Amino acid sequence: MTLSRTPLLFAGGLLLLALGLWRVDASPARLLDGLGKLGWLVTLMWPPSPGGALRDLLEALAETVAMAFLGTLLAALVALPLCFLGAGNVIASTLLRFTVRRSYDGLRAVDSLVWALIFVSAVGMGPFAGILALALPDIGLLAKIFSEAIESADRRQVEGVRASGGSRLHAIRYGLVPQAAPVMLSQLLYTFESNTRSATILGVVGAGGIGLALGDRIRLNNWDEVAFIVLLILVTVAIIDWGSRRLRLRLIRA
Amino acid sequence: MALATADWAARSRARSLRALAGTLVFLAAIAVAGQVGQVDFGRLLAGLPMAADYIGRTLPVLRAETLGADIAEWFWGFDLWVGLLLDTILIGYTGTVLGGAAGLLLSFPAATTLAPRWAVELSRRVLEFARTVPTLVFALIFVYAFGLGPLAGVLAIALHSMGALGKLFAEVHENADLRTVDAVRATGGSWTQAMRYGVLPQSVPGVLSFGLLRFEINVREASVLGLVGAGGIGEELYLSVRQFEYPDISAILLLILATVMLIDQICTWLRHRILGVEALRVA
Repeated sequence: MTLSRTPLLFAGGLLLLALGLWRVDASPARLLDGLGKLGWLVTLMWPPSPGGALRDLLEALAETVAMAFLGTLLAALVALPLCFLGAGNVIASTLLRFTVRRSYDGLRAVDSLVWALIFVSAVGMGPFAGILALALPDIGLLAKIFSEAIESADRRQVEGVRASGGSRLHAIRYGLVPQAAPVMLSQLLYTFESNTRSATILGVVGAGGIGLALGDRIRLNNWDEVAFIVLLILVTVAIIDWGSRRLRLRLIRA
Repeated sequence: MALATADWAARSRARSLRALAGTLVFLAAIAVAGQVGQVDFGRLLAGLPMAADYIGRTLPVLRAETLGADIAEWFWGFDLWVGLLLDTILIGYTGTVLGGAAGLLLSFPAATTLAPRWAVELSRRVLEFARTVPTLVFALIFVYAFGLGPLAGVLAIALHSMGALGKLFAEVHENADLRTVDAVRATGGSWTQAMRYGVLPQSVPGVLSFGLLRFEINVREASVLGLVGAGGIGEELYLSVRQFEYPDISAILLLILATVMLIDQICTWLRHRILGVEALRVA
C-alpha cells in the first residue's frame, strides 16, 4: 500500500512545486535577468567598507545585542510564573493546562518582526519596541519548555520535601527547581542566541539595532556598506554562539 | 576527616564566591544592556499602557445581538486574506522544496564520513554562510535584484533553508550505515551512485522529517516577507498597520495564527507517520 502511494505523493509534491513556481512568476528569463543583476550587486559589494561610520555601526551592533539580552530576560521573567500553570504535576486540571499551552503556541506562531512592526506603531521607534517584540514570542516558547522541564523532573524529590513537612511552595523550590534549573538556563542561552539573530533585522521596520542601518544602506544603494554590515552581523552571531555554547557546557557540567 | 571537612568548606566557599561573581557579572550586563538599549524605567512604564491601548483598539466591536454581522464586518477582507495566505503557504512550500533540494545536493560532500576533508570544509562554509544570513536580509537584496514580488521571497527562503537543511541532512547521512556504501563501491559504482543507492535510502525518513519541520518555520517566515515587498500576507498586514486600520490588524493576525497552527498540526501528523513507517521497517 505504501509502495503504490509513494510515487503518487511524489507527483503531487512536484505538481505543487510547479504551481508555486508558476504563481511566483519564476520564468527563466526573469531568473537570468535577476541573477545578472545580483552578480553586478556582488561586484559592487567588494570591497566591503564601513563608509566612515564604523563607530555608529558598532554602537548599533551593541544595541542589537542589548535588545536580544533584555528581550530574553523579560521573556524569562514573565514565563517563569506562567510555566507552572502549564505543568501537569503542578496544575492537575487538563482543560486549564490545554488552554494555557495553546495560548503559548499562539504567541510563537507570529514572527517577532510582525510584533516589531506593531510595537513600533504602538510605542514608537527605537530599541524598546524591539525588546517587546523579541520577548513576546519567547514567552510562549520559554513557558512551554520550562513546563516540560518541570514535568520531566523526578517526583520522588518533591515527595521527599512534602514528607518531611515542607509546604507546596517548599516542594516546588527545593524539589522541582534544582532539577529543572540547568535545563531552563541552557534553554535561556539558546533563546538569547536565536534572539541575537532575530534582533539584527528588527531595525528594518524601525525597532532599533543594526537592521536600521542595513535597511538604510540598501535603500541608498550603498552596497559596499551593506556587505560590511552583513559581515559584522555574521561575526557577532558567531561570537555570541561560541560564548553561549561554552557557558552551556559549563552549566551542564556544574 | 578534618582535612575532608576543611576541603569541603573551601570548595563550598569557592562555589559561593563563583555564584556571587556570576551574579555580579549578570547584574552588570543588565545595567550595560539597559544603558545601551536606552531603556529607562519611566519610559517602560509609560510605554506599557500605550501598548495595551493599541491592543485594545485592534479588538473589534462585537455585540451579542448582531454577532454575525459584526464578525462579517471584522473579517471584511476574508477572501482576499485567505488568498494571500494560500500564496504565503505556497511561497513557503516552494522555497522549502528548492532549498531542500540544494541542501540535499550539498549535504553529501558536507558529511565527514562520506567525503574528503577539503570537500567537507568547503561545503560546510557555504552552508554556514547561507544559514547565518537572516532570510529577511536575503529578501531585501533579492527584491532589489529580482524586483518586488514573491519570487524574491521564494529565493530568500530557499537560500536560507539550503544552509539550515544542508547541515541537518549531512548529520543524518553521517549516521547512515557505511556497509551499503562499500557494497555499491565494491560492485563498481561511482561515488555518486554510492550516495544515491547506498546512503540516500537510509536517510530519507530523516530528510523528510527535517524538511517538514523547516516547512513549518518557512510558512512563518513567509508571512513576514511581505513587510519588505517580497509577497504574501505580510504586505496586507504592513498596509493595515501603517494606515491604522486597527480591527484589520487583529483579523489578519488571527488568520496567520490559525494558518500556522494548522500547518504545524498537519506537519506533526505527517512526521509521526513517516517515523512510524520507519519504525515498522526496522522491526
